[in-house]
Amino acid sequence: MTREPFGGTPSRRITLMYRHAIVTRLTHWVNVACFCVLLLSGLQIFNAYPRLHWGQYGADADPAAIEIGAEGSAAEPRGFLRIGGLSIPTTGVLGVSTADGELAARAFPDWLTLPSYQDLATGRRWHIFAAWLLVLNGLVYLAYGLLSGHLRRDIAPRRRELGPRHLWREILDHARLRFPSGEHARRYNALQKLSYLAVIAGLLPLMVLTGLTMSPGVDAAIPTLLDVFGGRQSARLIHFVAASLLVLFVAVHVVMVILSGPLNNMRSMITGRYAIRSEEPEA
Amino acid sequence: MSPLLTRRRVLAAGALGATVLALPGCDALSQDPDVEAVLRSAEALTMDAQRLLLRRRPLAREFSSADISPTFRVNGTQAPDSEDYAALSATGFTDWRLTIDGLVDRPADYSLADLKTLPARTQITRHDCVEGWSAIGQWTGVPLGILLQQAGLQPKARFVVFHCADELEQTLDGSGRYYESIDLIDAFHPQTILAYAMNGADLSVGHGAPLRLRVERQLGYKHAKYVMRIEVVERFDGFWGGRGGFWEDRGYEWYAGI
Repeated sequence: MTREPFGGTPSRRITLMYRHAIVTRLTHWVNVACFCVLLLSGLQIFNAYPRLHWGQYGADADPAAIEIGAEGSAAEPRGFLRIGGLSIPTTGVLGVSTADGELAARAFPDWLTLPSYQDLATGRRWHIFAAWLLVLNGLVYLAYGLLSGHLRRDIAPRRRELGPRHLWREILDHARLRFPSGEHARRYNALQKLSYLAVIAGLLPLMVLTGLTMSPGVDAAIPTLLDVFGGRQSARLIHFVAASLLVLFVAVHVVMVILSGPLNNMRSMITGRYAIRSEEPEA
Repeated sequence: MSPLLTRRRVLAAGALGATVLALPGCDALSQDPDVEAVLRSAEALTMDAQRLLLRRRPLAREFSSADISPTFRVNGTQAPDSEDYAALSATGFTDWRLTIDGLVDRPADYSLADLKTLPARTQITRHDCVEGWSAIGQWTGVPLGILLQQAGLQPKARFVVFHCADELEQTLDGSGRYYESIDLIDAFHPQTILAYAMNGADLSVGHGAPLRLRVERQLGYKHAKYVMRIEVVERFDGFWGGRGGFWEDRGYEWYAGI
């Protein structure tokens, strides 16, 4: 499908290509919904015990590797984030924040938790429901991706794309906010492929497996999980770190979507059509 | 203006609007009974999936004595606040009796000494709180299955309800009384024991003296402390809030395998 540009230079052509299959688009948006619910309800669950340990066990009396807490007097509480020996004052956001107009001791603030008020039971209900949906949605995507060739064709990087010179070139281009155009924009670039692959094959399975390792029932059925992740508390820590990396991915992903043409990108993930601007001379 | 631009605008505005509206709307959604029912549907899925995974009745991991937590956090009730319990505790629970009744052929009472003459099981297991922390401890007690077999289950028996001495929430109608329930699959699991000893000593008051349930493979709130009476029932919806336990009545899952 080719159409004349509206008001651009006469030498540019815009081609609408069919970029995202319906399964990709649907599973992408279900994933977006799951991610939001899982993140916000996950922070609600974290708030019930805002300390992370390494090992099989870990509770109040045991040393924490990561902790969000409050110290100081009740009149003047101070929030902190502690990672190993490093303590960062975070009053107002982490540890101590305003809830219902008053300063309250809570790890993540009310605007970041689902529900906003402290309610572990409801947070867990959202979390486990969304986790099931995420897993089923992910299985649909993987089955489609493998059978249709989408993963092999669009996501798996080519050998030549993995060369250090090629990757360095792409890193420089991204840093200068120079995005592929014309024919190069038809396919994902290597950094895109690698980051999508890291999420699809790395972080999301890691989230599911570490989540399951926190389940005493699953641990009895598949005790290997405890050996792989080093224990229920280690799994909880890895779950939190992997979630943080997913947040980082989503932040970069959204910034890239905005910088490289938000409407074109949004349209392609909704209708499937993606506009390619090429500099070819007019026929 | 081209129609394409208009459609784009609508899409972009719609996406933005949905994001902004969704966040404050979540609290209202959380409190909507229909939404709650949909979210709760995952609980049945979780239980079915775990029962499938656990169909060969594997044991929860047992640890070595080197793995025991230096400090085992006391959670829930620290000490039951009643004169009756205080009197039992003052005499070292010699006057305490465990009652087993309900849908059984031979209702019975056991003293602590009686329980200690029965076959015992010792296990070092991980206790997982629903809040997220874990502690490892050694538990010694009578497998619940032995007591149920001695009592003789009637054909209609489906659940085992544990009535406890502690009131975790002070209420006028007594609905803050702790109780729990499990089904027969968990009741007859070899690691489901009524523990009277922890880390080699008599169970302390903080950890549920004189007797607490250990139902490994489920979260901490299922492990009822201060067990006074075991009632075998066909259904548990007649007790207190009707959901089968103190925390279940306050929104938590009855099947606490995750």
